[in-house]
Amino acid sequence: MKFLDEYRDAEVAGRYLKEIERVTRHSWRLMEMCGGQTHAIVKFGIDELLPRGIELIHGPGCPVCVTPIEIIDKALEIAARPEVTFCSFGDMLRVPGSSRDLLWVKANGGQVRIVYSPLDAVKIAEQQTDRQVVFFAVGFETTAPATAMAVYQAAQRKITNFSMLVSHVLVPPAIEAILDSSDCQINGFLAAGHVCTVMGYEQYLPIAKRYRVPIVVTGFEPVDILQGILMCVQQLEQGRAVVENQYSRSVRLEGNVTARQLMNQVFQVVPRKWRGIGEIPRSGLGLRPEFASFDAEERFGVAQLRLEESSECQSGLVLRGKIKPADCPAFGARCTPEHPLGATMVSSEGACAAYYRYRRQPVAST
Amino acid sequence: MSVPDFSLSCPLPIERYPQVLLAHGGGGKLMHGLIRDVFLKTFGGQAPGSPHDATVLKVAEGRIAFTTDSFVVRPLFFPGGDLGSLAVHGTVNDLAMAGARPVWLSAAFIIEEGLPMETLGRIVASMEQAARAANVTIVTGDTKVVEKGKGDSLFITTAGIGILESDQPIHPQSVRAGDAILVSGDVGRHGMAVMSVREGLEFESAIESDSAPVAEVVLALLSAGIEIHCLRDITRGGLTAVLNEIAEAVQLGISVDEAQIPVRDDVRAACEILGLDPLQVACEGRFVAFIPEKDVPRALEVMASFPLASAACRIGTVLTAPDPLVTIRSSIGAYRILDMPTGEQLPRIC
Repeated sequence: MKFLDEYRDAEVAGRYLKEIERVTRHSWRLMEMCGGQTHAIVKFGIDELLPRGIELIHGPGCPVCVTPIEIIDKALEIAARPEVTFCSFGDMLRVPGSSRDLLWVKANGGQVRIVYSPLDAVKIAEQQTDRQVVFFAVGFETTAPATAMAVYQAAQRKITNFSMLVSHVLVPPAIEAILDSSDCQINGFLAAGHVCTVMGYEQYLPIAKRYRVPIVVTGFEPVDILQGILMCVQQLEQGRAVVENQYSRSVRLEGNVTARQLMNQVFQVVPRKWRGIGEIPRSGLGLRPEFASFDAEERFGVAQLRLEESSECQSGLVLRGKIKPADCPAFGARCTPEHPLGATMVSSEGACAAYYRYRRQPVAST
Repeated sequence: MSVPDFSLSCPLPIERYPQVLLAHGGGGKLMHGLIRDVFLKTFGGQAPGSPHDATVLKVAEGRIAFTTDSFVVRPLFFPGGDLGSLAVHGTVNDLAMAGARPVWLSAAFIIEEGLPMETLGRIVASMEQAARAANVTIVTGDTKVVEKGKGDSLFITTAGIGILESDQPIHPQSVRAGDAILVSGDVGRHGMAVMSVREGLEFESAIESDSAPVAEVVLALLSAGIEIHCLRDITRGGLTAVLNEIAEAVQLGISVDEAQIPVRDDVRAACEILGLDPLQVACEGRFVAFIPEKDVPRALEVMASFPLASAACRIGTVLTAPDPLVTIRSSIGAYRILDMPTGEQLPRIC
């Protein structure tokens, strides 16, 4: 299939692997920032094929995984109301809150619907005028333009029975938080290609300079990831630390200007809690005051809800790259995709779920 | 002035009811009218004898296979099939997986009040066509009507009886280390066909379901003398579930090669967009065969002569490892576990 097969080509992948092996002289730890990259790395077995010196650390790039437990509980409370049709992306349905998940709410009579676009939720609101339609707006900068468009359209069309539970997060502040932590051992970053498609990569230039760390904007297919790793390793071996763009077929320096303008019109930068990490200043997007009437937290009176997470789940350490999923004592035992303790075991982009599905025991390369 | 002929027929014939009413399941005139005008009119030509509480069938000496399955699909009509054809194909395929020639079916309908009579008629007609194409006769049935809101428009349960014409023990327990694993065609099409219409996902061209009866292919393999160890049709959970079930049943490892597993481009594209794994998506006209290495070329030759199995190919091997783990070689040459799917696949955020 065009635009896919060429980036999964075994021969091209093999050439990149050889080149990575050739240029690698030292040991390097690289962090991929996007959950989609983590999924591809583990699914295609890329980390198994890399030379010994290169270790991939899986970053906090899965939007499902970093959504804090109190937001999940707010979602559960709103979704359980009889007047509400609660619309969500599919993989949020299994994320455990403090005691249950959205699938439980659905099974007990809540109107929970999977949508593929926030605009579908606006359509539902137009059709079901007697119901309150709420969209669960999670995700990084990648999904934010579509949710901004949904709010914008709802405002334009004066749709009053539509609102949003917003938990958007931003990548660059997370990279800085990781680099600021005292025991950070990350030598280079693969930035998320889709996030940069929207936002561009200007924001990464000062980070690379200040922390003297190479950042390579990277795609999601095996060949993309291998090329991104090669570019990152080449910089490290040559002592350079700049921002480079591997994913040039999609990413421009300035990003998607129209999408950014729309985001700026609807959202403002706010502090945001990250599951397993804690609050990071200026790391989230919230609705601007002029769109506050679409805020589901206010509409349903759940804004004050506060919650702490279970202490058994070590997803925070996994999300910060401190431990690998299999290092957690609960991994594969008390914590499985059927009974997840934390969100990293839920989404197919979560590091724990990816390890459980593809790696829960060593696979013989026969 | 002419006097019309005196007639005892229902003053309001069944066609005049545009929808199924609760009374159509009430045991009275309306129910009998529904059975007569919708079910017997469509299936009845094939039913031996007049309506009775049970059908009496004559069987030859030997062994029969017996199976049942319930069918629920939303929407009722999808590209390449509908609930009616699905209810026939699902059960005849289950019989074929035991190596049996499907012969008779029963059909039970749970109808939600308010279902348009025209919709019911189309589903029943489609069942009849599918049954005829699969060489089976629908010989008995039942109807229940439930209140509005107590069912999702229409549920169908079919049971089937098939005759075994071969003594081969086709069963997971017959699988041996070293067996070759064949798949009868491209995977994932039925699930994506249903999903693409379910939520109004708009793709440039419709993905058609692979729903089809496969018994002919199985019987041809048997009559060609292929030593079939096990057959399993690929339904919910996709190819991944089938491989894991068999590995678990025989307590042997299985290894497959991703590059060899046929998935059509449109199915792959739709799965990529939604973040789904085509190897976990349902089929309704595909099966996996476990056969000895020596029979592979001949089996593929036989399968290739049927349009619905023309893309049949070998995808892997049963290992000697006494560990029921399914591993897959990725397209770039690394190995990973192919795990049993967890519940329903949920589309990813991005």
